[in-house]
Amino acid sequence: MNASKEYPPGDLAMWIFILAELLVFALFFAAYAFSRANNVELFNTFQQTLDTDSALINTLALITSSYFVMRAVADIRQNRQVECIRWLLAALSMGAVFLIVKSGEYVHHYSAGINLRTNTFYMFYLSLTFFHFMHVLLGMVILSAITVKTWLGDYSATEHTGVETGASYWHMVDIVWLILFPLVYIMK
Amino acid sequence: MKYQSQAVAKPYFIAAIGLFIGQIVFGVILGLQYVVGDFLFPEIPFNVARMVHTNLLIVWLLFGFMGAAYYLVPEESETELHSPGLAILMFWIFLVAGALTVLGYLMVPYATLAEMTGNELLPTMGREFLEQPTITKLGIVVVALAFLFNIGMTILKGRKTVVSLVLLIGLVGLAVFFLFSFYNPDNLVKDKYYWWWVVHLWVEGVWELILGSILAFVLIKTTGVDREVIEKWLYVIIAMTLITGIIGTGHHYYWIGAPEYWQWWGSIFSAMEPIPFFMMTVFAFNMVNRRRRNHPNQAAVLWALGTAVMAFLGAGVWGFMHTLSPINYYTHGTQITAAHGHMAFYGAYVMIVITMISYAMPMLRGRDAANSGKSQVIEMWSFWLMTVSMVFITLFLTAAGVLQTYIQRYTDDPQPFMVVQEKIEIFYWMREVAGVVFLIGLVVYATSFFIGGKEPEEA
Repeated sequence: MNASKEYPPGDLAMWIFILAELLVFALFFAAYAFSRANNVELFNTFQQTLDTDSALINTLALITSSYFVMRAVADIRQNRQVECIRWLLAALSMGAVFLIVKSGEYVHHYSAGINLRTNTFYMFYLSLTFFHFMHVLLGMVILSAITVKTWLGDYSATEHTGVETGASYWHMVDIVWLILFPLVYIMK
Repeated sequence: MKYQSQAVAKPYFIAAIGLFIGQIVFGVILGLQYVVGDFLFPEIPFNVARMVHTNLLIVWLLFGFMGAAYYLVPEESETELHSPGLAILMFWIFLVAGALTVLGYLMVPYATLAEMTGNELLPTMGREFLEQPTITKLGIVVVALAFLFNIGMTILKGRKTVVSLVLLIGLVGLAVFFLFSFYNPDNLVKDKYYWWWVVHLWVEGVWELILGSILAFVLIKTTGVDREVIEKWLYVIIAMTLITGIIGTGHHYYWIGAPEYWQWWGSIFSAMEPIPFFMMTVFAFNMVNRRRRNHPNQAAVLWALGTAVMAFLGAGVWGFMHTLSPINYYTHGTQITAAHGHMAFYGAYVMIVITMISYAMPMLRGRDAANSGKSQVIEMWSFWLMTVSMVFITLFLTAAGVLQTYIQRYTDDPQPFMVVQEKIEIFYWMREVAGVVFLIGLVVYATSFFIGGKEPEEA
């Protein structure tokens, strides 16, 4: 149980990586805000073409997945490997929901002939969400690796830094979306 | 030296140092031609001297990387090199091909060289840094493939470590991206677009993996810090390198006719490129502070720390200075680029190769771990002479670049290029003086190999 009292949880190297990633997103958000300030009308007009229902489903999917990941960490701290694996798989399936729904949006935009060059709003919308999409993918790779390692019995109540490390990264992916969703889809 | 076959690294390192000296001699000639335009003309025109200066740099760094890999991989894999004979054969092929190419540059006009080497069969010549005749490029591919085969087989049959795998990924990437030097479309936009896949994805992509793994190896050896700790840092550093470096290619796409979104993608991602270099600095100092032993080769530790600092300054800080597209709009292709190029190449790649040479050479020459104290003092002198003079070269070129950007492009009354060149002449003179000091430092470095004496004990 000692490891769980350590702060920050998980590996320090991962936290440096998370901070660096957040910095990239922060820059992207700032660039978005800067461009929007110069093109308010354009941004507002094309914002209405986005599918907020899909984005809401995705928001719920990611929040739920973060809850599942949290349960997985709580279980491994109690030495419950089987439950930990179940929660991780549940989180992964929520990640898959996100990817499927988001891909559906991309297909819709693509068939409407929209690409990075269409206008500044779409450039940011596609860049930001796709960059985030890749992070969901990377997060799922990390969660999968943890799931496999838990299944192999590598983690326990005393040694589960890996689970905490992966969970930290996943929460970062979630938090970024919680900013991205209102910023790009909702805010006027 | 733990494995007999590591010895093949030695000729590679010697060739690297030899070509390094050649590169710097041409650098000093070039520096003078900036202010005395017809110096050595028509024997060595400016464009030829520049080609020799940059090509020698690339070739000797490649010798250095290959030597480093031949030394590092057997030790990491805990097995003898797959084929030492092949490594030696490739050494001679590469050296002869390199020497003939440079002689070709110097002896005949470039157009004649192109004709002599059958460039019209597969035209690849005439582009900056990729001036080599097609036949030389094919030779480089053959050498690279044989090298990768040799290294790959060694890793496959032995212990697989993070350090050797990262090195292998970097080396494979180096070979793969070089293939774009054979793609030479008529469309100038496409030409530039893919030209950067060699140039940028080398130095701001896969070469950084090579740098990271060599640095990690030397730090494991000299500090005695747990491999697990060092490997974790290496993972994070290379992940950040690839995320920022690959999309950061966009900072070359601002003004070549590529789509506009590259202004944003290039600016945002390349602005992040200093991060992995900063991590490398924190990493190197952290590991040395947590050292479990005081390695007798203090010169190698100095070079390792120097690499981390100078790579961050040269590649990170000086790169960031002109990477944002609104700034690059004014600074593009000025002496600011030259300032960045000098310190980045020196700080990241020259210094990492010397770090490896400094660490490995004493063992390759039959010592237990280090050169004599006296030899190390001389080597450290060369470190400071070269590093400080490089800092000055960079500062003078930066001053020249800022002034050039301002007078030639930013004022209400912009002046023509050559008028501006005369105005910034003083900085070129000062750069030349710093360049001569660098050459002296390099001679001091070469001298340190000839100073004997007893090996210091491990403290």
